[in-house]
Amino acid sequence: MADKPKDVLFNPLFNNNPIALQVLGICSALAVTTKLSTSVVMALAVTFTLVCSNAAVSLIRKQIPGSIRIIVQMTIIASLVILVDQTLKAFAYDISKQMSVFVGLIITNCIVMGRAEAFAMKNSVGLSMLDGLGNAMGYNIILIGVGFFRELFGSGTLFGMTVLPLAKNGGWYQANGLMLLSPSAFFIIGIFIWLIRAWKPAQVEQEN
Amino acid sequence: MSRDSILHTFVVAGALCVVCSVLVSAAAVGLRPKQEANKILDKRKNIIAVAELDDPNKSIDDIFAERIESKIIDLETGEYVDESVVDPMEYDQVEASKDPARSVDIPSREDIAGIGRREKYSFVYVVSGEDGSPEQYVLPVNGKGLWSTLYGFLSLDSDGKTIRGLTFYQHGETPGLGGEVDNPNWKAQWPGKKAFGPEGEIQIEVLKGKVVEADPKSQYQIDGLSGATITAKGVSQLVRFWLGDNGFGPFLDKHLHEGSES
Repeated sequence: MADKPKDVLFNPLFNNNPIALQVLGICSALAVTTKLSTSVVMALAVTFTLVCSNAAVSLIRKQIPGSIRIIVQMTIIASLVILVDQTLKAFAYDISKQMSVFVGLIITNCIVMGRAEAFAMKNSVGLSMLDGLGNAMGYNIILIGVGFFRELFGSGTLFGMTVLPLAKNGGWYQANGLMLLSPSAFFIIGIFIWLIRAWKPAQVEQEN
Repeated sequence: MSRDSILHTFVVAGALCVVCSVLVSAAAVGLRPKQEANKILDKRKNIIAVAELDDPNKSIDDIFAERIESKIIDLETGEYVDESVVDPMEYDQVEASKDPARSVDIPSREDIAGIGRREKYSFVYVVSGEDGSPEQYVLPVNGKGLWSTLYGFLSLDSDGKTIRGLTFYQHGETPGLGGEVDNPNWKAQWPGKKAFGPEGEIQIEVLKGKVVEADPKSQYQIDGLSGATITAKGVSQLVRFWLGDNGFGPFLDKHLHEGSES
């Protein structure tokens, strides 16, 4: 495990990306990425949750009894996610309506609990927050990338602004309906993984 | 006290629960007024949008206060209900539709909107024109699409036959396919369409495919949504349901259809 703060922060971006290498948290990467705006809000929500949960778990790591450590992490994460959900409902009502249950489902995002268990339980508060931030960024890059391509090719817009005028609205672009369905996120994530592994061949798994 | 002792486990678990529940309840209670205000504002925004009263120079609440009156009707009789029976300030229609005491079962054969139960009392938002007389009636409607129940508003002209608009404020249809019920270009087809034929029978319909302008029936028809046959059919059915005998039919007959003949 890398212990230098810089490595902790930047390794998860490409060297050890939670989605592309560890293939964690892809469930939400399918659900909220049909539009860029929901992807960005989801990214912010996950960043907040991940940094705070890593900090909280690390803060009390010496007190947490081994027998109930998972449920302790879960309780902390769930509380944070409810905070995020309530705040969104109060201050970004339209977006929270579009994201509906998927904010609540951050609780089950494997990355959040994975980092709490794998990193925050063993490292200092500062390092754990950096690790949370780094992993959130790794997740965000993929999420926003997927959202970008899905909204652009699926609806011809970015953040709701028309980029490619649609044929049905009098333009020339025939929207790709597949982009709006969940499987397209798998294709895009697959392409990302391919690109990252072509760039960093060390990530390619050895054949047995 | 060792970290893994039973006592310590209980202490940690208890302390954590207290801290987390205080946090969560503080957020829920502290933010509730703002969330409720958002919900009401969102609803009003949609009513104003469907009645085409948008005015960038005025606040939503001002427009609403000036032009719109919230009334409650008994859906079965079609009569207005006094405030002492159901208070419009307090009434939550969506909640009432799920409460067995305040809703009625719809026989499945007649339940074309797929909603199962229907509330006894409904809001009707009466929109007054510039001269103060009623100009449009905005009716809350809902029904099943493909994935979700769609909730929206249908605005009828005071002649009781012409549709002035349809909008949905809540649904979970696929963005880009069924979600296109929110597309302004699609919604723009509704105003001016006739809901009822000459005999008073419900005619309005969302087609599968495009409306042929030359067809005399085109005044009753709306283009389908490509790639969203089930959502489009759901919209068609829910509009027909709410205009029918199980929905606002009695109200329309009493207050609009007779009045327009005299």
